[in-house]
Amino acid sequence: MDMTTSVVLDHHTRPARSDRVPPPRPRLRPRSILPGFRLTMGLTLLWLCLIVLIPLSTVFLASAGLGWARFAEAAFSARALAAYRISFGTSLIAASVNAVFGLLTAWVLVRYAFPGRRLVNALVDLPFALPTAVAGIALTAICASNGWLGRVTAPLGLPLAYNPAGITLALIFVGLPFIVRAVEPVLEDFDREVEEAALSLGAVPVQVFARVILPEILPALLTGFALAFARGLGEYGSVIFIAGNMPFTSEIAPLLIVTHLEQYDYAGAGAIATVMLMAAFAMLLVINLIQAWSRRRSVR
Amino acid sequence: MKPALRTRARRAAVLLLAPFVLSACSQAGDGAAGETIELLNVSYDPTRELYEALNPRFAEHWKARTGKDVSIRMSHGGSGKQARAVIDGLSADVVTLALAYDIDAIAARTGGKLPVNWQARLPHNSTPYASTIVFLVRKGNPKAIADWNDLVKPGVAVITPNPKTSGGARWNFLAAWAYGKAHAGGRDAGAQEFVQRLYRNVPVLDSGARGATTTFVERGIGDVLLAWENEAYLARKELGEDRFDIVTPSLSILAEPPVAVVDGNARRHGTEEVARAYLDYLYSPEAQEIIAQNHYRPIDTNVAQRHADDFPTLNLVTVDGQFGGWKAAQERFFADGGVFDRIYAPGGR
Repeated sequence: MDMTTSVVLDHHTRPARSDRVPPPRPRLRPRSILPGFRLTMGLTLLWLCLIVLIPLSTVFLASAGLGWARFAEAAFSARALAAYRISFGTSLIAASVNAVFGLLTAWVLVRYAFPGRRLVNALVDLPFALPTAVAGIALTAICASNGWLGRVTAPLGLPLAYNPAGITLALIFVGLPFIVRAVEPVLEDFDREVEEAALSLGAVPVQVFARVILPEILPALLTGFALAFARGLGEYGSVIFIAGNMPFTSEIAPLLIVTHLEQYDYAGAGAIATVMLMAAFAMLLVINLIQAWSRRRSVR
Repeated sequence: MKPALRTRARRAAVLLLAPFVLSACSQAGDGAAGETIELLNVSYDPTRELYEALNPRFAEHWKARTGKDVSIRMSHGGSGKQARAVIDGLSADVVTLALAYDIDAIAARTGGKLPVNWQARLPHNSTPYASTIVFLVRKGNPKAIADWNDLVKPGVAVITPNPKTSGGARWNFLAAWAYGKAHAGGRDAGAQEFVQRLYRNVPVLDSGARGATTTFVERGIGDVLLAWENEAYLARKELGEDRFDIVTPSLSILAEPPVAVVDGNARRHGTEEVARAYLDYLYSPEAQEIIAQNHYRPIDTNVAQRHADDFPTLNLVTVDGQFGGWKAAQERFFADGGVFDRIYAPGGR
């Protein structure tokens, strides 16, 4: 996004500047606007180490003493594999659903003025603020077969609580703000004139959306998707009440980690956590690459 | 620009350091508070009401004996979680947990904060109160559940938490096993088949006892809840006697939630004497009466006799007698790859 704006700016400013001032000499290293690069960078790295890297490294350390055979036994047992499948599957579905409906929400919030817009805007953030266990209990109350939603869906053969559908629902709830808040600023900055130009050149609305708007917001959408997905993987509180926690059908990987901790098996917990961490990191990396690629494409 | 930046940097430094400075201040404050001794009792979930009733009475008792004030802070949570917190440094003076295995873990993993033989230090295996596992059913007992063998019938949904994450659920499992074994001519294979059939009837495995109670009571899931006797009475009292009945099976397990002073922590706090007195007090007739009123089975025979009507007699097996202690039971049934895991292994169900 930043690159797009700078390109547009260059177009506008270059002719004017070249009239008066000589073009700046090319530098080997561009001078940073922020003073004290070394200090700020040093602080950043220190802070990241303290807050992120050191705690995460204990996850690896916990499982380090296991040896490969016991590590594999804990991390790749049939039950653990089933739990990964459920965790990654439901997180992916939830993030995808959020990508569609979060985009829609952001669109409505940015493009239309309607009474209560601020209220809706505030509502979007609620899943951030609410303790996730509260959300989980509330969702379970609604979705259980005696809740007002479950009462309708259960007779139709769609029991929402105590199966993967319930997990997905909880993850949709906690993931929604990520998409909305990622896409919103980009939509706000979006130049309406470009859209109008496309329309005046004879594009139909679907074409305008697919070829003008979507490429512009895709990187932001992917960011939101990645964040919502990552959040879903780590989510425990909201899921545990609605999942039913049956091994092989609705047992999520974080619960399996807690199960190991509950048996004072720190190493086994660390093994599963390590797998989750690596897999999540790999997926986030892939999403980041796609994001970078789509950003580069949209600049061109 | 530069001076402004410097103030900003200073402000940032203050913000970064504030938490440490504040915590240092509050620690100094603790020491200065002086006269009132503080005890931290780290316990499990269902004792909330019990210790709410016991603590003020002990404070009176201690004041009368020594003239000193004592205030007892409580921490409640899942038993295993609480034990882990103590292992990781929560400085409990005393622990009152759901099973001996959890206190064993503290003894084994804190480098001698309490001795390995801690359970021999107080009468009755360090358990001043006991309980057992009973059934909570919906009013009128629509599925006519009278004993364990009714729980394995098709169409009966049983609510019990996951024994791997809940101490209470381990008592449930062992009680079911004991019944299954007694009714299969004492054969382990018969017991295993029995619990396997029982868990086939479990639609939801909550992670803790209170969660399971919620599932049964609020969500309306299941026909019977396996619960601590004291929890069942409490749930019935809190949620309506017109909604639930309690069924006492013919055979169950003597659930012994033990207590112990965490010597290492108490020594550091200078609270050893009061911590010991606190646990001794639990065995006094006065405390035993409160214990009985809170639906825990008292071990004092006089008090027990007075409350005989509240606690139906039934055949009670013990963990030590039937399973060779908690360590053996844990390894055989609940460790990874143990009996419980095999119930849920593909093809096991």
